[in-house]
Amino acid sequence: MPVPSSGAVRPAAVSARGWGWRHAGRSTPAVHGLDLEIQPGERVLLLGPSGAGKSTLLHALAGVLGDEDDDADETGSLLIDGAVPRDFRGRESRGRAGLMQQDPETQVVLSRLGDDVAFGAENLAVPREEIWARVHEAIDDVGLAAFPLDHPTSALSGGQKQRLALAGILAMRPGLILLDEPTANLDPAGVLEVRDAVERCLDKTGATLVVVEHRVSVWKDLVDRIVVLQPGSSSEPAVLLDGPPDTVLEQARDMLAAAGVWVPGYVPATRGRMSAGGSELLLEAQDVAVSRERPRRRGFKTIPPVPVQDGLNAQVLAGQALTITGPNGAGKSTFALTLAGLLAPVSGTVSAGVGLAAGAGSNPYGWKAQQLISRIGTVFQEPEHQFVTGRVLDELMFGPKHLGHGQERVDELLERLRLTHLVDANPYTLSGGEKRRLSVATVLAAHPKVLVLDEPTFGQDANTWAELASFLSELLDAGTAVVSVTHDEEFTAVLGGTEMRLDARAGRGVRQEAGAA
Amino acid sequence: MRDVLSVHGNQALLTRANPLAKFVAVFLITMVLALSIDWVSASTALIAEFALFPLAGLTLRLLWQRGWPLILAAALGGWSTAILSADSGKILLDAGIWSISEGSLELGLGFMLRGLAIALPAILLMSCTDPTDLADALAQKAKLPHRFVLGTLAAMRLVGLLAEEWQTIGMARRARGVGSHGSPLQRLRATLGQSFGLLVQAVRRASRLAVTMEARGFGGASRTWARESTYSLLDVWVLLGGVVIAAAAVLTAVAGGAWNFVF
Repeated sequence: MPVPSSGAVRPAAVSARGWGWRHAGRSTPAVHGLDLEIQPGERVLLLGPSGAGKSTLLHALAGVLGDEDDDADETGSLLIDGAVPRDFRGRESRGRAGLMQQDPETQVVLSRLGDDVAFGAENLAVPREEIWARVHEAIDDVGLAAFPLDHPTSALSGGQKQRLALAGILAMRPGLILLDEPTANLDPAGVLEVRDAVERCLDKTGATLVVVEHRVSVWKDLVDRIVVLQPGSSSEPAVLLDGPPDTVLEQARDMLAAAGVWVPGYVPATRGRMSAGGSELLLEAQDVAVSRERPRRRGFKTIPPVPVQDGLNAQVLAGQALTITGPNGAGKSTFALTLAGLLAPVSGTVSAGVGLAAGAGSNPYGWKAQQLISRIGTVFQEPEHQFVTGRVLDELMFGPKHLGHGQERVDELLERLRLTHLVDANPYTLSGGEKRRLSVATVLAAHPKVLVLDEPTFGQDANTWAELASFLSELLDAGTAVVSVTHDEEFTAVLGGTEMRLDARAGRGVRQEAGAA
Repeated sequence: MRDVLSVHGNQALLTRANPLAKFVAVFLITMVLALSIDWVSASTALIAEFALFPLAGLTLRLLWQRGWPLILAAALGGWSTAILSADSGKILLDAGIWSISEGSLELGLGFMLRGLAIALPAILLMSCTDPTDLADALAQKAKLPHRFVLGTLAAMRLVGLLAEEWQTIGMARRARGVGSHGSPLQRLRATLGQSFGLLVQAVRRASRLAVTMEARGFGGASRTWARESTYSLLDVWVLLGGVVIAAAAVLTAVAGGAWNFVF
């Protein structure tokens, strides 16, 4: 094991005794009665249903909880190496814990790679010479050494951004590394990148690890203990199960699966396709080139953007699934949005069949918004981008009201997607799974014949996943065409239909394989 | 947008000068030009500024891409001054209430050139200064509070992200049936709604970024700087250049009798 350049890592111990936390303005605590001892150097995977207070615990350990929360309520004690994490700021023990969150974009602080890694060490007032030694070592450890120190951080992929965040944490030499769903927003290649980097760094430094993640298989072999939490709203102690990974998974396999945890080797049961689908051509892309950029005006000339993909051909048929797959950056979403009439193709044509156009013209990009939603519905990756009202029911009624429809379809969707009890809630306050179900329901409320989904299963727990897949299979059988952009092979398998694979473009020349899935 | 504003890859001489020195030089030139509306001082400064282009790695094309709103504003200001200001001297063009005389043309030209001459140094400064370096200099040399400077710097990075998010939210809302078609009032409402959506996302992103920064120990009383912001001989030349350009502008205008004090 190589010796760190200086200031070797001292693994941290965590001790929670009857610890609980209630956020300001909430009636029930997020965590209640937590008793947990983590030895220095232990690696712990935290599991539990959403609302079990996993993130709250990580934030508390990182010392970022409760600054503005004056009305928040803390019970019991939570200590790192015998000290309260929240007092770490301004004291010697600042920087004992490092936290990585889910959204890669907000894990990057500065615009140059080297500066970003140095940021934490600077804040800890590490002497200048030592900062650079630490920066080089950390960048090396996470496998980003191929980039120059002034490489722009905006040019990194999601997986690279998360590894950069890890390097920034490592440069602080924390004894405790906290990962809050670090790979939920990444494609499969990115997930492995991050996981391997974490493992390498832990092997080297011996730091303690606490990771929260739905996908157990990713972390199972890296951790030596799994702790299952239950929601703070119950009066029982917070820790439901605690033990070595295999033992816990054996004991609680069914319970965890029922709670939506992705237990290794378990694919939730879904409804299979009943019919083969129709043959009516709804949408067709011919020799299409796509880009998110708009044409630029330079002086009086109009310059078309450089496409991320070109020469794309695809057909969307009634009752058939079209799945667009490929690595990040290959232009999958861009193509899907172009098919959906939300982006203009750089060249080539996207045309609607007579049955879909229904008198609105054959170019979906030229349709008015209201013409569009009753024909093609698009569900974006981030549900919040599509919320337009402050109440779940208004959200669902928005489309039908503007089209002059009644509430029947909305009632049916509320029922089918288990949103009935939430009709008066504010969409922004829902859980991740509820937001996803709502965003699908709102788009379907306008009765589109084509449904386009961008990474619908990203970051979803197993229950939401199964519900979504079953529901889409039903829609397909009822004649709706479903176009989805996804990395998820099991999801693709449930929907059947055609898979279209886009490869990352190196210069010109697009390889595109289409075949039955 | 982000690519156009980036200084990454710019190897020009002035990129190596201390941002604070460049800032002071720009400030000097701008102040002097603000004192007089005349075409002599403005053109002197403009000529000198154009001569600095290669040193800052700026080309006319980049200038147009980055500074076209300012250039158009200067031209428009000059034009309206020429047609609207009080006539003096020979009338060159008379179209009823609008007329251009020798005197008003000179004033309009002076106004336009002054606008350009004031805008250009700022564009020059931006094109050869990395925001991170500017922040380093402001915190270490000008002794501004580091929490403020670094907070602003991190927020500026988010602005670039939000520009992309604006486009995404626009599409996401069109997919919900909120269109950019319809009457001006409907369009205004749609834009307001989209702005609200962006605001929500901006607040969420900002609070997550704040957690990230805090978790990396940001906000303590003392901190060190990985890169020291230093002055070099080049900065003396930069300052001297600023003084020379400012002085040349004043002297040529006064000597030519064109100096026209605004106050």
